Amino acid sequence: MSTRTEERSVLRPQDACAAHRRIRSRATGARELSYAQAIQEALAIAMEADERVFLMGEDIGVYGGAFQVTGDLVQRFGPERVMDTPISELGAAGVAIGAALTGLRPIFEFQFSDFSALAMEQIVNQAAKLRFMLGGAVSVPLVMRFPSGSGTGAAAQHSQSLEAWFAHVPGLKVVQPSTPYDAKGCLLAAIADPDPVMIFEHKLLYKMKGDVPRGHYTVPLGEARLCRPGRDVTIVATSIMVHRSLAAAKELAGEGIEAEVIDLRSLRPLDRDALTSSVKRTHRLVCVYEGVKTLGIGAEISASIAESDAFDYLDAPILRLGGAECPIPYNPELEKAAVPQTPSIVAAVRDLVHGRR
Amino acid sequence: MGVEDIELRERSAAARARRTVEDAVPMSPATYPRLSNESLRQALHKMHLIRRFEESAEDAYMRGLVHGTMHLSIGQEASAVGICAALEPTDYMTSTHRGHGHCIAKGAQVSRMFAEFFGKEDGYCRGRGGSMHIADVSTGNLGANGIVGGGIPIAVGVALSMKKQKRSSVVASFFGDGANNEGAFHEALNMASIWKLPVIFVCENNGYGMSTSTERSTAVKNVAERASAYSMPGIVVDGNDFAAVVAAAFEAVERAKQGGGPSLIESKTYRVRGHSRSDRNRYRTKEEIETWLARDPIGAFERQLLRQGVVTVSEIDAIRADVEREIADAIAFATASPAPTVEELTRYVYSD
Ligand SMILES: Cc1ncc(C[n+]2csc(CCOP(=O)(O)OP(=O)(O)O)c2C)c(N)n1
Ligand SMILES: [Mg+2]
Repeated sequence: MSTRTEERSVLRPQDACAAHRRIRSRATGARELSYAQAIQEALAIAMEADERVFLMGEDIGVYGGAFQVTGDLVQRFGPERVMDTPISELGAAGVAIGAALTGLRPIFEFQFSDFSALAMEQIVNQAAKLRFMLGGAVSVPLVMRFPSGSGTGAAAQHSQSLEAWFAHVPGLKVVQPSTPYDAKGCLLAAIADPDPVMIFEHKLLYKMKGDVPRGHYTVPLGEARLCRPGRDVTIVATSIMVHRSLAAAKELAGEGIEAEVIDLRSLRPLDRDALTSSVKRTHRLVCVYEGVKTLGIGAEISASIAESDAFDYLDAPILRLGGAECPIPYNPELEKAAVPQTPSIVAAVRDLVHGRR
Repeated sequence: MGVEDIELRERSAAARARRTVEDAVPMSPATYPRLSNESLRQALHKMHLIRRFEESAEDAYMRGLVHGTMHLSIGQEASAVGICAALEPTDYMTSTHRGHGHCIAKGAQVSRMFAEFFGKEDGYCRGRGGSMHIADVSTGNLGANGIVGGGIPIAVGVALSMKKQKRSSVVASFFGDGANNEGAFHEALNMASIWKLPVIFVCENNGYGMSTSTERSTAVKNVAERASAYSMPGIVVDGNDFAAVVAAAFEAVERAKQGGGPSLIESKTYRVRGHSRSDRNRYRTKEEIETWLARDPIGAFERQLLRQGVVTVSEIDAIRADVEREIADAIAFATASPAPTVEELTRYVYSD
């Protein structure tokens, strides 16, 4: 694991993404796990270490979760700690908040991120504000996990990317890990966090494999990660778009365009420093995210740059590539066209760098 | 309405709720006072059509022609067709993620349903919705729903609209046992009751919400008992017995049409297939599934119709042959239908 970290830090310019991947190491030797397995491992580690931690959600017990993330945990920890709830998202979210307020550490799996809409009241009006409204007398150490995103043919009500909604709300933390490593580390950081943390996991990433250290480690919430250095343009991406952007960067490198790719990892807190310092190096910025483009995270990133001293460094307009202005359609070709894909990223970045935008 | 009326209604609702599948009314020649023999043959045709539609859709899914997932209602056909037998084409319906049967029962064409599953322009949702959003507004089906419980309050709104506009249509709202634990269910039943709206709430209790049995999810033994909390009749019927479903449906529809307000019918049935395409059936036994397979609603209905002389064996064979032909033609139609173009990605988001 230490070798891996060093390799990464060689790639990392001193001033970007400082202190990223600060590993509090009780962790040892890495091996390959899928994104889903990495999450499951984090859940098991937390439950093993702390009896206050328990899981709530629909069909997370014997069914193993709709995406098999909890898998066989119910066999290991029993149904008291891996609790199947009725189909009652609003009520169950409130139950989790109550438990978190009074000494427990619930981890709530929503079956699909779309169903966060049913629990909006408890998440936005209650969890996010209780500590503030009560003048700091309480805290809500609640973790919520949300399988999200399109690409599975599940159509308009099971494919959304709603993270920006929640990132608008002070009191919530919103993260989007893109690798198995980060999925585990962010989840363990979220569990240790005294405030409500929402983790948006892309459904298409669950089967993706990557190196994951054994044991406990955390990835600090609110720090972006530099995935690929480059001098010509900064691509800041979230979740699955990180992988599409890296693929695009590879292709662009063949044409002599060196793109720097940053994985934002966290929408709130937002790592503005990582963004400004990168833009100062590359002088161009492209934001790539799956949520609907208008009023999405790209708007906040663009505005941050426009408000910062990095603005003077820009050699081109800022570009946003986000979800189309429509619900996710069922037809597979339309579904693909509704969110950024590697070829559309390549084309847009190429045009930007060649001054055609 | 006097206090006595309310008490009476409550008492009869509670009495009905106590009725269980085991003591449901047995068959008799007077089983179908409101349905002609022709209607009964059509009902059998529809049940076969639903079964073969779903089996063929499953087959198409395996061959990669259908995107996403789907929820099959195989084993629940009597419930869908029984409720819809009491509805007019002008009556409305809201459906669920397990909605193929409801859609066909209300009168949709399987050709346009297959076209939807194949993501084509001739699909009922022009390829935008797929299985989980299947709808046919022309026959009053306002749509399947990807959100558990999502259709229930909408049905109440449609009923309010009918009442305000003095239209005689009623609304049937299908939902599963799992949906009865959503707040939307409770809020909707209360409003339908206080405003005496023409809604028939149909809980298709197939024993499970995904992997969670009703025993583990629901505080009452019968969902129908919840009707008494909202002062409406609640009745349990054997959902695999077409006659029982039809009788309850007509009673509820007539009450609604006469201004008597909503009813809750709990149709006890079973989903013999997995919840969706990715179910490993870990939460139930093979024996349980086999017990219910032996209670297949289509076979039972056929035997009953044969016994009562409504159909002959050769007529049943003819129905099956017709259904096969319809399915084959529908798949051919759907295959030939054009796909939507990417240029129209954002069409239908707003009214043009
Ligand atoms: C609000 C909401 N929560 C959860 C789900 C995921 N989900 C889809 S169907 C289902 C089970 C529904 O059970 P039930 O209402 O009994 O209908 P059945 O599937 O048995 O027909 C679940 C949990 C959903 N679609 N919507
Ligand atoms: Mg059910």
